[in-house]
Amino acid sequence: MTKLAQWLFGITLFLSIWLALLKDLTPIKVTDENFLWISLIPVGLIALFGIISLIIIAYRVSTFNNCDEAAKELLKEIDEAKKDLATKGFKFK
Amino acid sequence: MRNKRMSETKYSIILPTYNESENLPLIIWLIIKHMESENFEVIIVDDNSPDGTTQVALELQKIYGKEKIVVTGREKKLGLGSAYIHGMKFAKGDFVIIMDADLSHHPKFIEQFIQKQKEKNYDIVTGTRYAGDGGVHGWNIKRKAISRTANYVTQVLLRPGVSDLTGSFRLYKKRVLEKLVESCISKGYVFQMEMMVRANQFGFSVGEVPISFVDRQFGESKLGGNEIFQFLKGLLYLFSTT
Ligand SMILES: Nc1nc2c(ncn2[C@@H]2O[C@H](COP(=O)(O)OP(=O)(O)OP(=O)(O)O)[C@@H](O)[C@H]2O)c(=O)[nH]1
Ligand SMILES: [Mg+2]
Repeated sequence: MTKLAQWLFGITLFLSIWLALLKDLTPIKVTDENFLWISLIPVGLIALFGIISLIIIAYRVSTFNNCDEAAKELLKEIDEAKKDLATKGFKFK
Repeated sequence: MRNKRMSETKYSIILPTYNESENLPLIIWLIIKHMESENFEVIIVDDNSPDGTTQVALELQKIYGKEKIVVTGREKKLGLGSAYIHGMKFAKGDFVIIMDADLSHHPKFIEQFIQKQKEKNYDIVTGTRYAGDGGVHGWNIKRKAISRTANYVTQVLLRPGVSDLTGSFRLYKKRVLEKLVESCISKGYVFQMEMMVRANQFGFSVGEVPISFVDRQFGESKLGGNEIFQFLKGLLYLFSTT
């Protein structure tokens, strides 16, 4: 099963359960009070997923290491390399 | 006196280059420095760069010898993916290491890849910018945000089991790389992603080593503005076919 098929399967399964709930085909009875909430479940889940995703991404951006040390060390090694290569007879352009 | 080699395992490092005449001597020097205790060869695949990278490669070959430095290439620029395939034909090692020549991938990590591979006899070891001590240098917040978002979406949609899908600093068992290259049809950028997704599909084991990615200091980037578009196209392709 492709990832696309897995997602479609999951979404279909969820929507059928939700519709059954909404059409009063489950033990949970629809009342005037809870009708609005039940009908908003999919929107709520999408919003929740969006917010969690944003938080995760924001956290990961802010903790993305900057590797300044590695860059400094590299520049030092480049200097060394140039000197050593020159002594080995390599000509830089 | 140099210590006697621990083992005779041989590593082939494939280095694709296009207009890297400034970087090539430096990356070769760094590889030689950091791989002292290993049995290895470097295969430079240069696509007849107008800036004379091939001549530089040949000069380095004179200094370090034909055993260590193999120079090959194609008549004209034919892309990164096919450069790997071309280089692989010359690889005499049991393992193949693929890396960029622009100093973004530091050769000091290769030894860590090798140790990681031995730990659990991994089929593949990949460098990761997104986990542990891994990271990047020279990226502004916008680039970081794009990179992290793209990575997040990929993780959610493909669940590939590795944290860095688009990096190209990796070690492969040679036959594993051969099998993957055979079965991957994407070009360019997406090629790296497809390799990891297929590896996951085939059940190859993958180890990860955090790496610091330092943006190129010399020369020009070859990957242009439609990178994001290419990425999305590739992502959708992999999402709907694997
Ligand atoms: N042989 C060959 N090498 C290539 C080709 N395109 C790119 N390369 C090399 O592949 C490596 C990666 O290319 P880069 O241009 O650094 O791509 P990138 O790392 O995504 O982009 P920047 O680092 O931001 O410039 C470098 O060593 C290039 O010289 C090609 O068509 N043929
Ligand atoms: Mg690069």
